[in-house]
Amino acid sequence: MMVPINYFVALSGILFILGAVGVLVRRNLIVMFMSVELMLNAANLAFVAYARHYLSMDGQVFVFFVIAVAAAEVAVGLSMVIAIFRTRQNINVDDLNSLKG
Amino acid sequence: MLSETATVGGIFSLAPLVVFIPLAGMIFNMLFGGRLSQKLVGGIASAASGLTFVIAVLLGVALYNQHGEPVVVPFLEWIHIGAFQVDWAFRVDTLSVTMMLVVAGVGTLIHVYSVGYMHEDVIHQGDPSRFRRFFVFMNLFIAMMMILVIGDSYLMLFVGWEGVGLCSYLLIGFWYEKGENGIGNAIAGNKAFIVNRIGDVGMLLAMFTLFWVFGTLTFDEVFELAPEIAATTPAYIGLITLFMLVGVTGKSAQIPLYVWLPDAMAGPTPVSALIHAATMVTAGVYLIARSAPLYTLVPESQNVVALVGGLTAFFAATIAVGQNDIKKVLAYSTVSQLGFMVAAVGMGAFVAGMFHLVSHAFFKALLFLASGSVIQGMERGHHLEHHAHEHDLKPRKKKSKEPPFDPQDMRNMGGLAGRMRTTYWVYIVGALALAGIPPLSGFFSKDEILLEASHLNTTVYILLTIAAFFTAFYMGRQVWMVFLGQPRSAAAEKAEESPAVMTLPLIILAVLAFFGGLLNLPGPHTFGHWLEYTFEAFHLEMETLPFSLPVALISTLLAVVGILLAWMFYGRQPLEKGQEDPLRGILGWIFTGMQRKWWVDEIYHFLFVNPYIQLSHVFAEYVDWRFWHDWFHEVVLAGSFNQFARFLNFRIDAGIIDRIANGLGNGTQQIAGQMRQIQTGYVRNYALSLFLGVVLIVGYILLR
Amino acid sequence: MSLDLFLFFSLAVISVASALAMILNRNAIYSALFLVLNFLTIALFYLILSGPFIALAQVTVYAGAIMVLFLFVIMLIGPHRLAYSEANRWQRPAAMVLGLALLAEAVYILIFRPTPAISGEQPALVENFGAPKVLADVLFNQYALAVEVIGVLLLVAMVGVIVMVKNAGKRQT
Repeated sequence: MMVPINYFVALSGILFILGAVGVLVRRNLIVMFMSVELMLNAANLAFVAYARHYLSMDGQVFVFFVIAVAAAEVAVGLSMVIAIFRTRQNINVDDLNSLKG
Repeated sequence: MLSETATVGGIFSLAPLVVFIPLAGMIFNMLFGGRLSQKLVGGIASAASGLTFVIAVLLGVALYNQHGEPVVVPFLEWIHIGAFQVDWAFRVDTLSVTMMLVVAGVGTLIHVYSVGYMHEDVIHQGDPSRFRRFFVFMNLFIAMMMILVIGDSYLMLFVGWEGVGLCSYLLIGFWYEKGENGIGNAIAGNKAFIVNRIGDVGMLLAMFTLFWVFGTLTFDEVFELAPEIAATTPAYIGLITLFMLVGVTGKSAQIPLYVWLPDAMAGPTPVSALIHAATMVTAGVYLIARSAPLYTLVPESQNVVALVGGLTAFFAATIAVGQNDIKKVLAYSTVSQLGFMVAAVGMGAFVAGMFHLVSHAFFKALLFLASGSVIQGMERGHHLEHHAHEHDLKPRKKKSKEPPFDPQDMRNMGGLAGRMRTTYWVYIVGALALAGIPPLSGFFSKDEILLEASHLNTTVYILLTIAAFFTAFYMGRQVWMVFLGQPRSAAAEKAEESPAVMTLPLIILAVLAFFGGLLNLPGPHTFGHWLEYTFEAFHLEMETLPFSLPVALISTLLAVVGILLAWMFYGRQPLEKGQEDPLRGILGWIFTGMQRKWWVDEIYHFLFVNPYIQLSHVFAEYVDWRFWHDWFHEVVLAGSFNQFARFLNFRIDAGIIDRIANGLGNGTQQIAGQMRQIQTGYVRNYALSLFLGVVLIVGYILLR
Repeated sequence: MSLDLFLFFSLAVISVASALAMILNRNAIYSALFLVLNFLTIALFYLILSGPFIALAQVTVYAGAIMVLFLFVIMLIGPHRLAYSEANRWQRPAAMVLGLALLAEAVYILIFRPTPAISGEQPALVENFGAPKVLADVLFNQYALAVEVIGVLLLVAMVGVIVMVKNAGKRQT
């Protein structure tokens, strides 16, 4: 196992940026959600990589928590998607601007 | 000097009581008099006055026992400024005790008389509630007069001086809503007060000069220093004494300030007797006698004083001849007699002046009180005449429909001798005393003045002798007009004698007026020796002139001639109702002048009062109203303030503050209008801005 | 190139490719499936980094439960394409630019400011590192409170979801 940590961190960064760009460019609410999940996983990867480097279990514990919170978040988020779809018959975020000032 | 006498105790420690007993009577009547009967109120006031007299007698006896050695009774610290010290200290010497005895003695008799007089007067005038007020003022007057005579310094004397002036004012205007046009009495009071104020300015100037030159106002210290200062700069003393003379002309009604005294007769008659004949007006004489150590140092001032006194005596006597008002005759007689006293003390004949003061207090008080009795007798007669069918006394206002009846006009009187026996006889005594018929008191006192004058100042002697002749004449005229002949009005026909409470004091005063001369008979000179103690304390030689028969004969002869002349004009053929005064036919315009008081009031009005009123008008109209009000207040103050307010309003408030406030509001609205464009409501835009923030923050961290 | 590196790079390529495919694919179902692939590669990375428990949790919870939920919802709503929309056309290029900018920053950091500690080789493993027992030890001792809070959070989320969906349904009817 001689892969330097930097490689993992770089990969984590690339995935994070991809996730962020995904959030910004897609209009489909579900895909945006999935992009957010991608970003969370990118962060998790960095956590685990540093945990391996510092030989500390804290990083893995945090990943565990992130997974748990992500589960709750996805549950709530998807229920909202369903609620929005039910009222609007559409999940295009560009149609949702009732908060316009 | 104070420490020397401070230890004096015994009877002299009672000295402050002469001030505080009448004050206590006044305060008591003020607080509780409203619930007491008239008799009790009058009784308390009279008792206060009587008790004061007793104290004065005790002081006199104590003083006699120590051979007239003056005593100063310290009482309170008053003004201590640096080296200048004036205390409330009471000076008991033969001079002040004499004054106290006169004031308290005559005052007590007049108080008793007033109980009867005011009882009717308040009914006639229609306000019985003022009975108490009268006695409050009277007690206050006694207290103030006591301060005047017993004070140990010029300042304390001045306190009493002003205090009696105040009482005089209050009592002249006692029926302030009565008199000519319902304001005459108030105007008379005003006149007395203002004229006295002119004199008081002189008094104040005298005190300022005293303080400036001597640095003290205490009698002892001033008199001690006086010879030194007279030796170097006698002009100072002359100035002081002349300033004092101005005060004397005001208070003691001398030329040129005598004009207030005849008008002061507007007050109730006991007031005229007590204040405007017996006591207050003699304060000037007392002042000069008290300041004898100063006056004797400057003969020039003495001459001026004597001349003023002599002229006044003569001038006022001529006016008295022409008066028809019973009280006006007595008023001018008082002015004239005060002229005698002032002339005497001016010439340095202090004993003679003081002697005449005392005897004059007796007979003039007697005459005034008797005239009050006459007036009330007339009132009663008038009342009986017009309200015979009514039994109660009604206020006099009710009679306003009828032509006004003047109970003081001698032309309405006549033949009162039969109806008012007691009053008639005491009046005769008073008139003869005043006329200077021996052996009554007036003869001795007036003769002594004439005697001194014949030695010291011939001009004054001639003036006084003529005045004495006129005095006898107008008194004779008055007696015949009032008491003898036939009644000239219905009221006079029905006039009634006054009650005993009024006649008893009259009888006592008549006795005093009759035998008052015994005080200072030419031989023993008891009174003179008594007073000498005071003057000798300041090393003044009091030479006693021997009795001079020619002087006495001339004055007596002139008095008798005056009375005979009066008989010729008024007694032989008594005045008929509505008849012209027989003198007018003989003297012509001169009599008119006498009657019109030589137009002095008119001249004063023309020379002083009217220009003063004009000046006041100018000040009021132009300086106060136009300048201060219209221009300064309205234009300068209010105008500039308005300008300033307008500036604040339009420039500062509307221009700056409002603009800031509105600008803030508008700016916020505009910014908000701009900012709300950002709030698109698209969640992606928000996410983008978040991302932008991340990029920028990371970039910032990198570039830091 | 060692075997490890070869493995890493091949997995990395799969990971990045699947992520790109997830973003670019217009069909939400394919996107979800690509994301599952991505999660599986990441689970493999965890294994490489000695996190066996985490790796398994990733597979079961993420790739399993969560993504099934996604697919379920997509199926429920219907994988229809979105209509063309004129709004926010500018967003896409802006996002690209910003993404590149962030990438550039990340590259800059990694190349010019490498942290000394992470630039070198991985340290040697201690015994039992990453073992489930060790993880549990840390989790239930040191982070006991956090675990409780997470539990409550999941409960609240569950209740919230039920309430929300229930009300939404009511409103529609």
